[in-house]
Amino acid sequence: MFPSRIWREMPQRYRLEASTCKKCGKIFYPPRLICDKCGYRKFEKINLPEEGKLKTFTVIRTPASQFSDEAPYAIGIIRFSNGLQMMGQIVDCDLEKLKIGQAMRLEFRRVQTHDTHGVLSYAHKFVPKWY
Amino acid sequence: MRDVAVVGIGIMKWGELWEKSFRDIFVEAALNSLDDAGVDKIDSLVVGCMTGGLFVGQEHVGAIMADYLGQKNIPAAHVESACASGGLALRQGIFEVASGMSDIVMAAGVEKMTDTSGDGATYALAAAADQEYEVFHGVTFPGLYAMMACAYMNKYKVTRKQLSSIPVKAHHNGAMNPYAQYPFPIKIEDVANGVKVADPLYLLDCSPITDGAAACILTTVENAKKMKKPYIKITGSGMATDTIALSQRDSLFWLKSTEIAGKNALKMAGRKISDIDCVEVHDCFSIAEALVTEALGFFKPGMGVKAAAAGKTALDGQIPVNPSGGLKSKGHPVGATGIGQVVEIVKQLRGEAEGGRQIKGSPKIGMTQNMGGSGASAVVHILEVE
Amino acid sequence: MVGIVGYGAQIPRHRIKVEEIAKVWGADAPSYKKGLMLSEKSVPTPDVDTITLSVAAARNALKRALINPKDIGAVYVGSESHPYAVKPSGTTVAEAIGCVPDCHCADFEFACKAGSEAMFVGLGLVKSGFCKYVLAIGGDTSQGAPGDALEYSAAAGAAAFIMGKKDVIAECTHTYSFMTDTPDFWRREHEFYPQHAGRFTGEPAYFRTVKGAAAGILKKAGMTPKDFDYVIFHQPNGKFPQRVGKMLGFTKKQIEPGWLAPRLGNTYSGASPIGLTSTLDISKPGDKILMISYGSGAGSDAFVWKVTDRIKEARDLAVRTSTLLDKNITYVDYGTYAKYRHKILKNK
Repeated sequence: MFPSRIWREMPQRYRLEASTCKKCGKIFYPPRLICDKCGYRKFEKINLPEEGKLKTFTVIRTPASQFSDEAPYAIGIIRFSNGLQMMGQIVDCDLEKLKIGQAMRLEFRRVQTHDTHGVLSYAHKFVPKWY
Repeated sequence: MRDVAVVGIGIMKWGELWEKSFRDIFVEAALNSLDDAGVDKIDSLVVGCMTGGLFVGQEHVGAIMADYLGQKNIPAAHVESACASGGLALRQGIFEVASGMSDIVMAAGVEKMTDTSGDGATYALAAAADQEYEVFHGVTFPGLYAMMACAYMNKYKVTRKQLSSIPVKAHHNGAMNPYAQYPFPIKIEDVANGVKVADPLYLLDCSPITDGAAACILTTVENAKKMKKPYIKITGSGMATDTIALSQRDSLFWLKSTEIAGKNALKMAGRKISDIDCVEVHDCFSIAEALVTEALGFFKPGMGVKAAAAGKTALDGQIPVNPSGGLKSKGHPVGATGIGQVVEIVKQLRGEAEGGRQIKGSPKIGMTQNMGGSGASAVVHILEVE
Repeated sequence: MVGIVGYGAQIPRHRIKVEEIAKVWGADAPSYKKGLMLSEKSVPTPDVDTITLSVAAARNALKRALINPKDIGAVYVGSESHPYAVKPSGTTVAEAIGCVPDCHCADFEFACKAGSEAMFVGLGLVKSGFCKYVLAIGGDTSQGAPGDALEYSAAAGAAAFIMGKKDVIAECTHTYSFMTDTPDFWRREHEFYPQHAGRFTGEPAYFRTVKGAAAGILKKAGMTPKDFDYVIFHQPNGKFPQRVGKMLGFTKKQIEPGWLAPRLGNTYSGASPIGLTSTLDISKPGDKILMISYGSGAGSDAFVWKVTDRIKEARDLAVRTSTLLDKNITYVDYGTYAKYRHKILKNK
């Protein structure tokens, strides 16, 4: 992946930066330039919480080429207390024991680890809350 | 606006067509549509193709296909809306004829998917999802629909066996379709005895990787009458979109774009959903067929899978869904699928469906629903016997 | 007062037992376990590297420090397994915790001593007034060559410390470093695994250096082993820290809380720093802690820490190191370990 693509998304992927519409309060992740609820164009930066609840998930057994070494792996959508939802991999888990509603903690991990020459990409993955 | 009709359809045997190139499969289906319509010259070509660029490295699809079809110098456009590219090509073709810009337009779809490895195809298809916030994390298309299935089955207490009835029905119908990629029946237990692709979906829940093309010839109803050919009138067209990222939807399993496209197409046609005699829907995965039949209004929310399991979508059911065998059995050459659906509905309305899959009682009103991504695009058409 | 205002650790949940490695190489597990005083080690999954461990440890340190990350003036990551040969780890960590762009970053490398090096430099910058806070991290996902003795111990983990002057958890009262050119362990450019000089790594390297650092700091501080509540040594295995502790006159009780190698393995740059976190976790106000790192090549950094009242409020603001070490762990077989650590040859 060309470095500029990774670099540009760092605020969202590294620090979980989202934006709140200054007029209606709707939260966007990733941030947007116009609010789809009220049409306002000014936003305030917020950071997403470190925990969410699992809304749905699957176990990918036939991945795209850049994830072939990692299969099978779980991926899911979590919902934060502020109502926002986010997709990410679920790691450090027993694939057979995942359940909708499970509490998940976000951890900073490497994503797309397949090559040995490109720029590394990092983002948050979900880990079932265990402490 | 001028009334538009389909006067010719063309399809070919879909499958892993090792000996045929991207351009060859298009031309084969396109020539069949010209022969069916009895025309040799078109005014304009619209081709739906999801990603010739990623599958075979070929973009500029409109020009190359017009040239190899022996129609060089005509206007030719390539349209793309992921797996709904075919449906979109039809819609754009309708606009050209209805507006008066062209009198005879070919709306076609094509995809050559086997000139790459399996994970290469997975990569190409994933381009229809949100690259930075879905694909980046390793999701695939089976994965997205699996997440929809997981949330849906949990909410409505749907069993694995009930879901398996959908591919069983698809293969039952497809076994009678000489153009289908996998024209054989399967048993209900075969599904969950197969290979898991993305839990809870198994291989037999998923549409295959397919090479294929389909085409149809559009003209005005007035012109069609002059041609003295059987024609099918297109009475409604609706298209809608939704968030490309599944996580950003209010519901993880309600296909809002299909709901809106369906309502708009019905409104344009002046019809209600209960008027529809047969429908081809986008069953890229077993769960997708059920969710689409709910979003279109054939069944109440939460009843799509159960209705299919009860036989309500069979050829002799309340509403025959995917008499062709659907994407599951007929194959899913992504850009061609939307036009392949039109080919089937036209055959059903003409009473020409082969192999014993002709719906009884002379269906008069048919519908096609073609969908892109995890439902971010939907195109619905209503076709009628006049 | 200059010292630690926040500390935190991170340890991967996966472990491999000595028996599992010994089985593959036809080695005698009981003798390895006895010789190394080590029964298992942590294993990083492919999505874990020095940077991710550092970020997790740094976030735990921030939770205990209760400071604005923007006030961190420098981020130093010490490791012998920085993910890049060229490109800093520190900038990714700084970006992730949100202290960019007003900060200084540098990566340190000095075999297993790179973490304490970052701590030493951090303390100096805070003391001099150059920085309000400095984040100093020691972490590694170290690799031992397949079948080598190091494979039984080379582990993964990290510890992070925020150094500052206000609301200190443990004051640094003295430091002393002991350095010589002693080539006991090295890795040349373009080599995948490090090499070591066998028994030469013991007496003339580890023991001479650690003892030299101990003598130096005890003299500088005017203290004896009895004056300390706890001591943490670098722990390339379970045995070395016990032996050097005994040589210097420390008791098992003083060593115990920071002696993690038997179940964690050698986390290289993270080893004595993680030991310090687990010791702080159980310490009381007024406790005095001696920490001596060791890095091949060779040198030791020694620190005297004096625990303050703030430990009582701070220790449970983030996960304790013993929780990371003991809970939620899962064992992998050698095949999985080999896959995780990219030891299986594949076509590119």
